[in-house]
Amino acid sequence: MQNEKNEKFHEGRRDFMKQGTLLAGGMLAAPILSHANYFSGAADVIKVALIGCGGRGSGAAVQALRTKQNVQLVAMADAFRDRLDDAYKNIKEGVEGNESRVNVPESNKFVGFDGYKQAIALADVVILTTPPGFRPIHFEEAIKQGKHVFMEKPVATDPAGIARVLATAEQAKAKKLNVVVGLQRRYQNSYRELFKRVQDGAIGDILSMQVYWNQGALWVKPRKPEYTEMEYQMRNWYYFNWLCGDHIVEQHIHNIDVGNWFKGALPVSAVGMGGRSWRNGKEYGEIFDHHYVEYRYADGVVMNSQCRHWKDSTSRVDEELVGTKGRVMCDRAVILDHKGNTIYKFDKKNENNPYQTEHDELFEAIAKGEYKFEDAKRGAETTLSAIIGRMATYSGQTIPWEKALESNINLQPAKYAFDAPPPIIPGADGLYSYAKPGTLKYFS
Amino acid sequence: MTKKTVAFLLPALLTGAAFAQTKTEFTAYDQKVPGSEISFKMVPIKAGEFMIGSPASEKNRSADEGPRKKVAVEAFWMGATEVTFEAYDFYADPDKETNLPDGMTRPSPPYIDLTLGMGKAGGFPANSMSQYGALMYCKWLYKKTGVFYRLPTEAEWEYACRAGSTTAYPYGEDTSKLSQYAWFAGNSESKYHKVGELKPNAWGLYDMLGNVAEWTLDQYDADYLAKMDAKSPWNKPTAKNPRTIKGGHYADPAGRLRSAARLKSDMDWNRRDPQIPRSYWWNADSPFIGFRLVRPVKQPSAEEVEKFFEEIVDQYKGSR
Repeated sequence: MQNEKNEKFHEGRRDFMKQGTLLAGGMLAAPILSHANYFSGAADVIKVALIGCGGRGSGAAVQALRTKQNVQLVAMADAFRDRLDDAYKNIKEGVEGNESRVNVPESNKFVGFDGYKQAIALADVVILTTPPGFRPIHFEEAIKQGKHVFMEKPVATDPAGIARVLATAEQAKAKKLNVVVGLQRRYQNSYRELFKRVQDGAIGDILSMQVYWNQGALWVKPRKPEYTEMEYQMRNWYYFNWLCGDHIVEQHIHNIDVGNWFKGALPVSAVGMGGRSWRNGKEYGEIFDHHYVEYRYADGVVMNSQCRHWKDSTSRVDEELVGTKGRVMCDRAVILDHKGNTIYKFDKKNENNPYQTEHDELFEAIAKGEYKFEDAKRGAETTLSAIIGRMATYSGQTIPWEKALESNINLQPAKYAFDAPPPIIPGADGLYSYAKPGTLKYFS
Repeated sequence: MTKKTVAFLLPALLTGAAFAQTKTEFTAYDQKVPGSEISFKMVPIKAGEFMIGSPASEKNRSADEGPRKKVAVEAFWMGATEVTFEAYDFYADPDKETNLPDGMTRPSPPYIDLTLGMGKAGGFPANSMSQYGALMYCKWLYKKTGVFYRLPTEAEWEYACRAGSTTAYPYGEDTSKLSQYAWFAGNSESKYHKVGELKPNAWGLYDMLGNVAEWTLDQYDADYLAKMDAKSPWNKPTAKNPRTIKGGHYADPAGRLRSAARLKSDMDWNRRDPQIPRSYWWNADSPFIGFRLVRPVKQPSAEEVEKFFEEIVDQYKGSR
């Protein structure tokens, strides 16, 4: 029986993981699977559980199912039944001809706050794509249960969550579980090529960095009379910090990560400004619509970071890094000297789909029994970089990275239940209070 | 729908005798976008015949541009320019269009700003929408104005672009003059420009070539010219894709901007959409695509219009 074989494969893998030793270069000593009969029977199935069934989760599931390996989706979990059902339908359509890879019986569909545990238990690889506030507890559970992980960015919304993810990252490393974080620029050909050249000195030493995510408005989910406050916030999650972390954390993290990556360092502190210019209505919760942050690195280099959701304004999603010898324009994928001459231009014909590549590389490593990916630590570090940006714009204070980590500030509710109160409640006028710089203080 | 009804519907939509809205004079006019301060100019394109496609001798020709064929096209008005960002966004933005007609949906906000910093306010072309997104704009305009606007058929588009010419470009053969009429790789600096800044063709149409390439109403078929009807041809869609796109765009070399050049829409233009279901409204990677409106002089009846929206728009939701 297929299940029996899966079980054996699973057991075998776990035992192997316990005994596996790393060779130089981070490769496991021997493959889990015999390649001779790989792809030849049910024993090679890699089972996936999807935790968080929104549009991005469905996309990630389809990307996993499109890899060359014999991947099957076997379990799904979401807080909401309707979201889970939509995702199931959309994934079936999305795999275009590989419907047999979607193998989720009713008994493997888990609804509610706690379903993730059962779903994780049924799989070899777990996809974590809920709103980011839940990431630390889901990641912890996945590693506890010995599973490989693909998780979307950001990996937390508060310092306490970061501490938890960092601790779990250590566990993942000890257990040699592959973890890929969806900071997909790291898996994008143009960025990889630019990075290589910057490493080789194409722009000399980096002197300053400008990173941008300036765009228009995002989606809003309307409140319905039957919703509890908890359900409303869960559905309109973008606008609540315990769930989303504000757009500097949820979105702009991509560009901040590029700065950290190319600089090969983390910022030591952040100071900045931000606010709500137009997004003042009750449907917009508590988050800002713009942030401008000056990140400083230990050597004095500054990264200027700007992100905003302003309609009908100049838009730019990009990173521009200036060095002693030249500059990198990441979105254009060019390196220029200081006279404006092009030193290097990436041919966009060679661009890949990084969202697919993340999964291609992860599942190949898993199938070969290799331990190659430990993205969780840097994912957490870069998420905290974005979080100190938010703390800086909210408070008006300078926020040291280390101090923020030690603060253990926690935005999560005491209890995850639809009848429980979320950490922030609207006033009588339906409006949510939001941060007032100069008034809000994180550290005494 | 039965084949019979389709056969009846086709000519009615393209050349039908029923009138929804009568405009007595066949002259240029400005259409106001209802509820806004925005208006766009429509210019008259008289009925006529022309040779569609390119001769085998034409430089940079592709095989799908032949065999040349004489076709007849009915009269219509055509947008003097591509649909602008402001005009499209008025429909897309819930803060601007606060009066969405019953049963209408509007584009979801794209996950990233698909203008990619090339410009928005002040008359830049709307870009990156799927064909469905372009057709839904037509549907919205119809619900708001009672006038049936749609995308041009491939034949109508080329007829209007040529404006009586038989040369590679509407003004002649000389690519050195192209910069006076079109934004393309040679002069665009890799971005689109405000509509109507360059010279129009002989019939008063701006940016037919270059700037953003334009969606048509036809399903793409490489052998279409061989099968094309001689009167009011339309390769009616039978699937969500591919579609024919005309005119070339700001990143194209001159050879791709010839009147006869055809572009086949490509699913790869949305491969970087990380979500499932993929956006019905937007392509993540085709910032060079936009559209222009036409209004057939012989307006179809209300029933025919509804059928058109059912068959061409709703049935192929997310066409791209």
